[in-house]
Amino acid sequence: MTSALELRQVSKIYGFGPSEVHALSEVDLAVERDELVAVMGPSGSGKSTLLTIAGSLEDATSGQVLVDGTDLAAVSRSDRAKMRRRSIGYVFQDFNLLPGLKAIENVTLPLELDGVSSKAARAAALEALEELAVANHADRFPDELSGGERQRVAIARAIVGERALLLADEPTGALDSVNGEAVMRLLRAATHRGVAGVVVTHEAQLASWADRVVFLRDGHVVDQTAAPEGPESLLAAGDRR
Amino acid sequence: MSVPHALLALLSEGPKYGLRLQNEFESRTGEVWPLNVGQVYTTLQRLERDGLVESDGEGEPSQKQKRYRITPAGTYELADWLRTPPDLVPPPRDELVIKVLVALQIPSIDIRELLQAHRRHVIEVMQRYTRIKAEAEEDDVPLALVADAELFRLEAIVRWLDAADVRLKQLPSTTPAPVVDVPLEPTRTMEVSQ
Repeated sequence: MTSALELRQVSKIYGFGPSEVHALSEVDLAVERDELVAVMGPSGSGKSTLLTIAGSLEDATSGQVLVDGTDLAAVSRSDRAKMRRRSIGYVFQDFNLLPGLKAIENVTLPLELDGVSSKAARAAALEALEELAVANHADRFPDELSGGERQRVAIARAIVGERALLLADEPTGALDSVNGEAVMRLLRAATHRGVAGVVVTHEAQLASWADRVVFLRDGHVVDQTAAPEGPESLLAAGDRR
Repeated sequence: MSVPHALLALLSEGPKYGLRLQNEFESRTGEVWPLNVGQVYTTLQRLERDGLVESDGEGEPSQKQKRYRITPAGTYELADWLRTPPDLVPPPRDELVIKVLVALQIPSIDIRELLQAHRRHVIEVMQRYTRIKAEAEEDDVPLALVADAELFRLEAIVRWLDAADVRLKQLPSTTPAPVVDVPLEPTRTMEVSQ
């Protein structure tokens, strides 16, 4: 079966000679549809570089990146741009909503840029906003929304249409822990509806919403969690205290 | 978790039988803290002996037939317990801290790999608690509170492991100094004021 995202021996080097920095070294990672993977690691471990390369926002120095089985290096620049718009959704730490556009216009934008009619784009955007319980705020501007609502709109923009891959970089930003949890709950639900998700975070509680946690250190994947046991395993120990 | 005080809290709502207390305890802690019925009855016996609860099934051969109610002394004890801060100092001897300190003395141990093994294990346990929350109704507040308490406790361990990682990375060398047989000075202790 083709993975929604596959990184094969991906390396990324910034700079030359003595100032060379190996941000990623021979990283292998496959993410399936219906799966949410968290990437954890200390500052400078290569987490954000991994995400930007997976999302085709920058190129790997070596190795292959496949989205839905298509090698990004093997397609033309314009096809890659099309793939970014159609197949990949991004959620950023600071939401990155366009302030001059209403919530629904922020969500329809990637579809309309891709040539979808405004009527069809609006219907798809409303559906995405409904999924995230912010359809009633569709006609508000970003500065009329709370932080949690803005991030819901940003997730709606990332999942609207037929996306294969959802990429999120520290998506809970400055939200408090309960609102941050709500964002992770939504990302988890979105991926379990058939999208592959990758979340970069340094917070263990947020990472624990993922089906699998991958650990990066100095640009290398050093470890990952096993398939999670069911919650019943916590109760099996009987009277714990 | 103080079972006696949890039972007093449940009885503060009105008189109840032991079996019902067990069910309510488990449902209100999101069933994360199981409690067997034997433990309920033993605890009730002790509470009755101390005058904190009384039963109206006097002379009944089986405890199952007894209905318990909280006494004024029990109500006072419960209010007092709720406001008494838990004992946070001196810190408990943490097995993980001891393991890492011991590992630092063994040259053949890859200490960062050891930290990662523990980090992975803690996060796997966190994933299980998070799945409890994910699969529960969003408005199940007692369950969320219990799971949050465990998750924050476990997250603190991960943050300690992360800090240890950074500190060890900054060390010029982790090779332990050779052991020299000299008279021992008094052990340094860390004091935390109350």
